[in-house]
Amino acid sequence: MSMHEDKVFAVFREVLDLLEGRDRTTLVYNETAGWDSIGHMTIVAGLEESFDCMLDTDDILDMSSFGKAVEIMANYDADS
Amino acid sequence: MLTLEGRVALVTGGGRGIGLAVARRLGENGADLVLVGRSSAVGLDSVAETLVEDYGVRVRTFCGDVGDPATAQQAARLAFSEFRRLDVTVNNAGILEDAVIGMIAEDVIDRTLSTNVKGVINFTQASARLMERSGGGSIVNVSSIIGRFGNRGQLVYGASKAAVIGATLSAAKELAPKGIRVNAVAPGYIATDMIKGIDPEIDAERRGSIGMGRIGEPEDVSDAVLFFASELSRYVTGQVLGVDGAMLV
Repeated sequence: MSMHEDKVFAVFREVLDLLEGRDRTTLVYNETAGWDSIGHMTIVAGLEESFDCMLDTDDILDMSSFGKAVEIMANYDADS
Repeated sequence: MLTLEGRVALVTGGGRGIGLAVARRLGENGADLVLVGRSSAVGLDSVAETLVEDYGVRVRTFCGDVGDPATAQQAARLAFSEFRRLDVTVNNAGILEDAVIGMIAEDVIDRTLSTNVKGVINFTQASARLMERSGGGSIVNVSSIIGRFGNRGQLVYGASKAAVIGATLSAAKELAPKGIRVNAVAPGYIATDMIKGIDPEIDAERRGSIGMGRIGEPEDVSDAVLFFASELSRYVTGQVLGVDGAMLV
């Protein structure tokens, strides 16, 4: 797993209260406990804070899984 | 004087009329500003220069159509890149095109709803995300007495300004837990470019319907906006404040 992915996961872990070893591929919007619309905006706020950026609304709406979040955040990660 | 020093305020339609008065009042009280306007950057930049000279605050400008979501996102991004925060958003940009029922063109409906309603929603979305990061903020929407009570010949405008009130009430409830307050002002008959060219008979009739016996000035509205923007209203959200001098419509 890349540093970029770990950086994204750190936000998900904090917001969704996940264990470190959690299978990341199973994290899906509206299926994973706590990842509802409210949780989604908290994740977005956390990602914006962590990556020091502002996400486009289209990207917020497209962020339907952890994998997708990793893909989207690569566009905002100055280190990747 | 209230202090908004260290705060950043974004004002749509900030180049003239009520928006300019709001920008001046917020700047006078120390807020750094992002002005959004549809007209030429030159006009907006000249307003910005005046504000910098008069109040010593930092001012950035952005030109775009508030009905386009990209405008709100880019303006918020400008606030973020320049100031790293946003504390106050004043959704003031609006248009008024009168037409009696039966003579309302579809493009007037689209244009009015896009600017007056979509603009408010777009900037509420973009602003709230940025405000949440600094622990809260204040969004002030400019509705109208027509949105509260209606008026003949103003079906489209009245509908759009009533929608602004609906948006204010819903956003206030959703954003309260994040420390973001959302309120609206509902101006009456205010001396701005918007009423220039109005039929003198109608103008006289409207002035005659104002209980306080005078037309409102943009500063009457900007003072009410300042209240909502400042800590004086720290426990006030989801409210619509008429600024109309007891006008009857």
